[in-house]
Amino acid sequence: MALNTLTELTRLKIFYFLLIFALLTIGSSFFTADLKTDEQFQLLKDVSLGSMSIFTSLIAILATALLLPKDLEDRTTFTILAKPVPRYEYLMGKLLGIFLLLALAIVVMTGVFLAVLWLRQQNAILAAQGALQGDELTHEIASIRAVTFNANLTPGIIIIFVKSALLASLTLMISTFATTSIFTMMMSIAIYFIGHLQATAREYWLDAVGVQWWTKPALAAVALLFPDLQAFSLTDDVVAGVPIHLSLFLQTATLGFFYVVVYYLLSCFFFSNREL
Amino acid sequence: MKRAVIAIVLLLLFGAARLPYEIHLQKIQQAAGFNSATLNLPLRQQLGQMSFVAALSGFRSLVAAVLYIEAYETWQKLEWGRLAGLLQTVTTLQPKSTLYWDMAAWHMAWNASVAAMENKDQPSKILREREARKYWELGKKFYEDGLRNNPDSAELWKNLAILERDKFQDHAAASKAFEMSSTKPNAYGYTKRFAAYELAQVPGQERAAYDKLKALYDLSESEHSPTLIHTLKELEEKLGIPADQRIKETNAH
Repeated sequence: MALNTLTELTRLKIFYFLLIFALLTIGSSFFTADLKTDEQFQLLKDVSLGSMSIFTSLIAILATALLLPKDLEDRTTFTILAKPVPRYEYLMGKLLGIFLLLALAIVVMTGVFLAVLWLRQQNAILAAQGALQGDELTHEIASIRAVTFNANLTPGIIIIFVKSALLASLTLMISTFATTSIFTMMMSIAIYFIGHLQATAREYWLDAVGVQWWTKPALAAVALLFPDLQAFSLTDDVVAGVPIHLSLFLQTATLGFFYVVVYYLLSCFFFSNREL
Repeated sequence: MKRAVIAIVLLLLFGAARLPYEIHLQKIQQAAGFNSATLNLPLRQQLGQMSFVAALSGFRSLVAAVLYIEAYETWQKLEWGRLAGLLQTVTTLQPKSTLYWDMAAWHMAWNASVAAMENKDQPSKILREREARKYWELGKKFYEDGLRNNPDSAELWKNLAILERDKFQDHAAASKAFEMSSTKPNAYGYTKRFAAYELAQVPGQERAAYDKLKALYDLSESEHSPTLIHTLKELEEKLGIPADQRIKETNAH
C-alpha cells in the first residue's frame, strides 16, 4: 500500500519541486559570487536548508491533501476497502507512502545541497591554493572546511523530516473528515502558521501578567489544540552554528513521533465511520 | 457532531498531556541557543508584513539570507543609513550567526566611518569626525550585541579588540577584549600576546604587562616574536628590571 501510494504520488509530478530546489540552491551561488567565502557558505546553507524546510512542508500538506479525495474520485478506495483491508491499515499505508516520498525528497535535496556545498568548497580551496602559501594556506583551508561541512547539518535535516511527517499526519487527519481537498489544504496551511505561534500563545497563557481574562481561554485553546511547530524549527540556528546535542535531538524527535501517532489515531477515529 | 466533540476533547487531552513536555523542551532548546530571536513589533516594521510572516513561520534564516544579499547591494550603492537598518534586521533574525554580527560591525566601524570622513559634501572636519565616530559606536554596539548572543566567539572578541585599538585608541579595553578572545575556543594564538602589548600602553599597567609578556617569553621559543622582545625590552627599561633578570635576546627591532 505504501509503495503504491509512493508510485501514485510520483505520477502527480510532485518531484518538480525538487527541480525548483536545485535551481534555487545552484542559483543562490550566482547571487553571492561577489561575497567573501564564509559569507557565501553561510548564505548557501541559509537558502538551502530554508528551502528544504519550505518544500518538504509544502509536499507534506499538498500531497497528503490530494490522497484521499483522489482515491475517492477514482473509486480506488472502494476497491481496496472491499477487500479485507481494514480502514486503519489503508490509512497507515497512505501515511507510510507519504513518509517514503518525504524521505526520498529530503535525500535528493540533501544530495543536491551537499554536492553544491562540496563544489563550492573545492573552488574556495583552489582559489586559496593559488593565492596563499605555507601556514597561511593551511589555516585558510582549515577555516574553509570548518565553515562548510559540520556534523550538525544531519540532525538538522532529520528534524526537517520529522516536522514534515507531523504535517503529513495532521493533513491526513483533516482530510478524513474534510469534504474537499481545498478545505484540507487551507486548514493545514492555517494550522501551519498558528502552530508556529503556539509556543508564544502558551507562554502568554501560562506566564503573562496583565492579559485580559477573556483572552486566556483563547490562548489556552491555541496551546492545547494546535501543534508546537516552533519546536521543530531548529535549522535556522543550526546554519548559524548552534550545535544540536543528542538528548535535545532525541527529545524533539520523540515529540514529533507522538504527534504523528496521535494524529494517525485520530485519523482512524474519523475515518472508521465515514460514509464513502 | 458527536464525533467532532469527542475529537476536540481528545485533542485537548493530548494538549494537556504534552504541555509539561513542550515547556521543558522549549526551555532546553532556548538554553542550547535555539529560537532566541525576538520577533517583535519593531522588527515587524523593519521587515514588512510578508517577510515578518515568513520569519514567524520558521523561515528566519531564509529571510535573513535574502536581506543580507540586499544589504550587500546597499553597501555597493554606499547607502549607509539603509545598510545599518538592514544589518540590524539581519542580526535580529539570526542572532546566533557570528558572521552577520561581524560583518555588520565591520561595515559600520570601517566602511561607513571612512566614507563619513571622506564625505566631500561636508566641509566641516569636526562634523565629519563626529559622523565617523557615530559609525564606530554603531560598529562597537554590533560587536557588543553579538557577544551578548555569542559570548564564546573568539572572532568577535578579537575584532572588538581591534576596533578599540585602532579606532577608539582605548588600549585598556582592547587588552581586555584580546584577553577574552584568547580564552575562547578556536582562539588565535597571537591574541594573548596582543592583550599584553595593549596593556603595556596603559599608564600604570606596565608591571602587569611585563609579567604577562615575560610569562609568554618563558613559555616557549615560538613566542619570541620581534614585537614581544622589543616591548619586553622597553618595559625592562621603564620598570628598571635588574640586569641579571633581563632577557638575553638582542634581535629586537
